[in-house]
Amino acid sequence: MKEIMIVAEHRRGELRDVTWELISKGRQLSEAIQGELSVALLGKGVTSLAEALKFKANRVLLIEDDRLEYYNSETYERVLTQLITERKPVLTMIGHTATGMDFAPGLAAHLKLPLATDCIGIDAKEDTFSVIRQIYGGKINAAVSFLKKGPSYMVTVRAGAFPFVEKEPLPGEVISIPSPLTDEGLARRFLQYVEAATGEVDITQADILVAVGRGIKDADSIPMVKELADTIGGVLACSRPVVDKKWLPKGCQVGTSGKTVKPKVYIAIGISGAFQHVAGMKGSGTIIAINKDPKAPIFSVAQYGIVADLFKIVPVIKDKIKELKK
Amino acid sequence: MNIIVCIKRVPDTADADISIDKSGKDIDKSGLAFDLNEWDSYAIEEAILLKEKFGGTVTVYSLGGEDSNESLRKCLAMGADDAIRLSDPAFAGGDGYATARALAEALRQKPFDLILTGTQAEDDGFGQVGAVIAEMLSIPHVSIVNRIEVQEKKVKAHRELEGGLEEVVEVDLPALLTIQTGINEPRYVSIMGIRKVAKKEIKVLGLSDLNLKPEEVGLSGSDIQLENLFLPPVGEGAEMMEGKPEEIAQKVFEILKDKGGMA
Repeated sequence: MKEIMIVAEHRRGELRDVTWELISKGRQLSEAIQGELSVALLGKGVTSLAEALKFKANRVLLIEDDRLEYYNSETYERVLTQLITERKPVLTMIGHTATGMDFAPGLAAHLKLPLATDCIGIDAKEDTFSVIRQIYGGKINAAVSFLKKGPSYMVTVRAGAFPFVEKEPLPGEVISIPSPLTDEGLARRFLQYVEAATGEVDITQADILVAVGRGIKDADSIPMVKELADTIGGVLACSRPVVDKKWLPKGCQVGTSGKTVKPKVYIAIGISGAFQHVAGMKGSGTIIAINKDPKAPIFSVAQYGIVADLFKIVPVIKDKIKELKK
Repeated sequence: MNIIVCIKRVPDTADADISIDKSGKDIDKSGLAFDLNEWDSYAIEEAILLKEKFGGTVTVYSLGGEDSNESLRKCLAMGADDAIRLSDPAFAGGDGYATARALAEALRQKPFDLILTGTQAEDDGFGQVGAVIAEMLSIPHVSIVNRIEVQEKKVKAHRELEGGLEEVVEVDLPALLTIQTGINEPRYVSIMGIRKVAKKEIKVLGLSDLNLKPEEVGLSGSDIQLENLFLPPVGEGAEMMEGKPEEIAQKVFEILKDKGGMA
C-alpha cells in the first residue's frame, strides 16, 4: 500500500493550523494514488492530539518521549529518519513553517530524498509528483518537477496554501511506536520560549488600520501615513520590512511573524502583498490597496485597488477627507 | 572567532515590474538592478559585529558567475577579510540542494567556528541551503535566527517563530545559523569603500578544487528542475479606482464611512 505521511506540527499543547491543511491535501493526494494517509506525531503527553487526529487519517503514528517535549531539529531528524526508512512513504509532507523550514531540509538531505520546499500546489503524477512554488516574493509561479527519482519524495507546504476541508471520517487508529532516542548528547538544546514585547497600541483591536510597507522608502515619510491614520480615526500598522529597518516597533507588524488582524477596513500602502503579510490581514472586512505596481499580489486580496505613487496620493486622500469631514 | 558567510547576488524585484522571458523559464532580467540578497546583508553584518567584538576573521563565499564579485566586494567593503567565489560551468542550473553540496565541499577545506547564511534568498526562496550545508558538514544548525549571544564554545540563539513568539536554543560550536532580517542594521557601504577593495583578489574555486564530480552539482546534481514559469492567477481581484486623485479620495471617504464606521 502506498503511504503518504504528513508530520503533525504542534506547539504548547495545540495542533497548528498547517497540520489540518496538510491533512486535507495529503488525503486528496492519497486518494489520487489509491494509497493511505498517515500522520506522524512526535511529542510528550500528546495522546489527546493523537485522538483529535485519529479519524482524519488512516493512522496516527505516535512517538512519545520525554526528549520530545519541545521541538528540536536533532530529535526530529533522528525519529523521522527511522520512521521514513521503515515505512517508506511515497511522499512526506511537512509545513513550510518556522518548524518545518528548520528540520525538513536536513532530514531530506540525510535520507537523500528529493525535496521541494514552500509548495503551493502538489499533483500526483505516475510514480512522482509535480509541484508549484512561488518565486520572486510571490510575483511569479514556477511549475517544478522532481529530477531525481524516488521511490520516496518530500515536500514542505506553505501554510494557508490548502484550505482545511472536512471529509467523512476514516477508520483511523493510533499506533504507538517506540522512540529511538537515547540520552546521547544533543548539540542543540531548547532553552525557552520568549514572547515578543507588545507595543503601546494594540493593532488587533482597531476598526481601521492604515498599514505601510517597503514602498515608504524611509523613516521620514512615516508621519505622512500617520497623519492619514489620525485623520480617518485609524491606527498605524506595517509590514515586516518597516520593522526590520526599525522605522516602527514590532508591535505594529501585521503578518505571519507579527499579528493577525481583522479590522473593518485595512488600507495597505506600499505593501506588495507577500504571503507572510497577507496571512495576517486577509480576514479584514474591506481591504484597500495603494501600490504603484499594478501586478502587485496585494491587488488580488484587496477589494479596492489604487495604482498610484503613494507619495502623491496619500496627502491628497488625507486633505480631501479632512475637508469632507468638516 | 572565525566566521564564514555564504551569500548570493539576486535581482532586486521587490519594487520592480517583472515579466517572464521568451524561454518561459526565466524572468526578463534586463533593466533590473542586482544586489546582495537582503537576508545575506543581515548575515554579513552580524558576522562583522561578532568579529568586532571577539576578533577573528570573516570569509565570504558565493556560488555564481563573475557578476557575483560585485556582492562579494560589497561584503569586503563592509569588513569581511576574504572572499571566495565558486564557479564552474558544471554548477549551472543547480537547485538549493546542489548549491549546498558545492558550498559544503568548499567549506570543508576551511577551519571555522560559525557559519552564517541568510534564511532564504529573495529570488528562489528555497530556504534550504543553510540547513543542508550543516547536514553535510555534520554540524548543528539553527534556522531563522534574530538574536545571537556567543558564550564559551556555544551560541545562544533566538529563533523567530510565528505570531511574535521566539524560541531560545543553545548550540555547540562549530554551528551554522540562518539569519533572519531585522537582526541588526546592515552598515552603509560608500562608493569610496567599494573602491578601496576593488583590487582585492577574489579566489575562484572550480569543480576540480572541490573534489566533486560533474553529476554531483548543477542541474544533474539537483533534486528538482524548473518546467516553466507563469503569472499567479489573480483571482477575483480588486476593483481598481481610477480618476483624479480627488475623486479617488472621495471614494475612499465613502468606503471608510460605509464599511469602517468612520465618524
